[in-house]
Amino acid sequence: MNSLVDRFSTTSAQSEIRRAQALAADDEEFSDAAWGSEAGFGSLAKGVPTFSVPSIADPSAFLRLHTDDHADPNCRIKIQHGTTTLAFRFKGGVIVAVDSRATAGSYIASGTVKKVIEINPYLLGTMAGGAADCQYWETYLGIHCRLHELRNRERISVSAASKYLSNLVYGYKGMGLSMGTMICGWDKTRCRVPAVFYVDSDGTRLKGDLFSVGSGSTHAYVSTAAGHRDAFSGNTCNLYHIKEDGWHFIGNYDISKMHYDGPGDVPGGPGKGYGYDIRVEGRSSANPPPVAT
Amino acid sequence: MQHVAVPHAQPQQRQFNPYSENGGTILAIAGANFSVIAGDTRQSEGYSIQTRYAPKVFRLTDKAVLATNGFAADGNMFVKKVRQRLEWYRHAHAKDMPLRAIARLIQTMLYARRFFPYYVYNILGGIEEDGSGAVYSFDPVGSYEREACRAAGAASSLVQPFLDNQIYFKNQTPAPGTTHPAHLPLSHVLSLVIDSFTSATERHIEVGDGLEIYVVLAKGSALQGLDAIQGLSELTTTDDGERMFVIRRNLKRD
Repeated sequence: MNSLVDRFSTTSAQSEIRRAQALAADDEEFSDAAWGSEAGFGSLAKGVPTFSVPSIADPSAFLRLHTDDHADPNCRIKIQHGTTTLAFRFKGGVIVAVDSRATAGSYIASGTVKKVIEINPYLLGTMAGGAADCQYWETYLGIHCRLHELRNRERISVSAASKYLSNLVYGYKGMGLSMGTMICGWDKTRCRVPAVFYVDSDGTRLKGDLFSVGSGSTHAYVSTAAGHRDAFSGNTCNLYHIKEDGWHFIGNYDISKMHYDGPGDVPGGPGKGYGYDIRVEGRSSANPPPVAT
Repeated sequence: MQHVAVPHAQPQQRQFNPYSENGGTILAIAGANFSVIAGDTRQSEGYSIQTRYAPKVFRLTDKAVLATNGFAADGNMFVKKVRQRLEWYRHAHAKDMPLRAIARLIQTMLYARRFFPYYVYNILGGIEEDGSGAVYSFDPVGSYEREACRAAGAASSLVQPFLDNQIYFKNQTPAPGTTHPAHLPLSHVLSLVIDSFTSATERHIEVGDGLEIYVVLAKGSALQGLDAIQGLSELTTTDDGERMFVIRRNLKRD
């Protein structure tokens, strides 16, 4: 009886607390978390990301006007873009290879970008398109993969992780996000096979054996050619191998050096480069073929 | 906001254009146990100079400095909000936020404005928890990376290639039997910074007037010739922590 009275009375101590709680919850501006230990989470302080949007009729047209450097090279805010990435599945796992160039307009903003995002010790994501979009959402995916582990006491599958990301970015479709990514990993729990999924900001999600994403992608299917043929790609190449026990960083290679000198002493490699002198060898008297001994 | 007056018979177009560009250049270089963050102090719009002293480099904590460039109003507002978040953190944890955490905070704060971006290029410099000098650079919507050096702003395309050559030794072959040093000494870095800005002032109209160079020294490291630099003043507040200095200099004002 007492509890019933408490619940509906407007003067009891409990109702005072209820009113205070309602008041506190109404505080839209800041969550309690922002004042405490979660103060480092920025837009994630409320648990879900929140974004400010300009209060005008067409916010995405506004964003395009100021940030789309392909449509208008003189646009003010030049966002960094990443380009060539590739990944494929094989018997021994997954190989992921990316270049390291970021461009803002025609300016090479950086030649040392990490385009492989280490989501967790057995999941890798690649970056093509908007650098910030990929970095932010794949980090956010990492948070949710960990939460999945804590809730279900098992690792998330590559398929589930990629679908989580796909559904996430689909919620922002048409608002100007730009990302083309490959989620790569080795499923431990169910099928026990390496997997590669392609996910992009249009909402496409494809399972496959071999993908190449970015402006240099058409060249990337023939290896170092992308760094050589596509001006938006280049500098160095980061190589990862995903095995059953998670991903391993293989190395960082200079693309121009590789193109002209070859990959070095690698099993199955040509042992030499693909440079001009080598390709035109024997075509003119200035560059005669080596004398047979 | 820009309202274009057009006679009523013709089609009208209105654009929401809240951005402006205020010129200037910022630069940061990380050493083994120090970090140098610098910026000029000219603020301009188009061909007119609004002020000859508008700081672009801001002290955040005892060991973190943030430089902003692009649209000054957005930059000042952003620094204000970062400082507010750092103060909340101090109240919650009774310590300063570590540098790598500030970097991630700046990413999420910039990305929260993904659809209405701050027109700001940020460079964060300071000392990491392990005592190493660090520089983090950001694009306007929050993609970031730790680097050894970075120039941003109006003269970035003039300064960055110079730094690539002098800091990363790009396109340089070491003399036979020698290697390039991994980290440069503080006195060398300071002369590179000053040369970068005097040269940028010569060749870029939006750079000049004044130069502010913040230097953060890791806990317990020597002055490394810093005391011989003219225009130096110390900002250190604690006895046993990182030391922070600012060097103020004149650049050409024409």
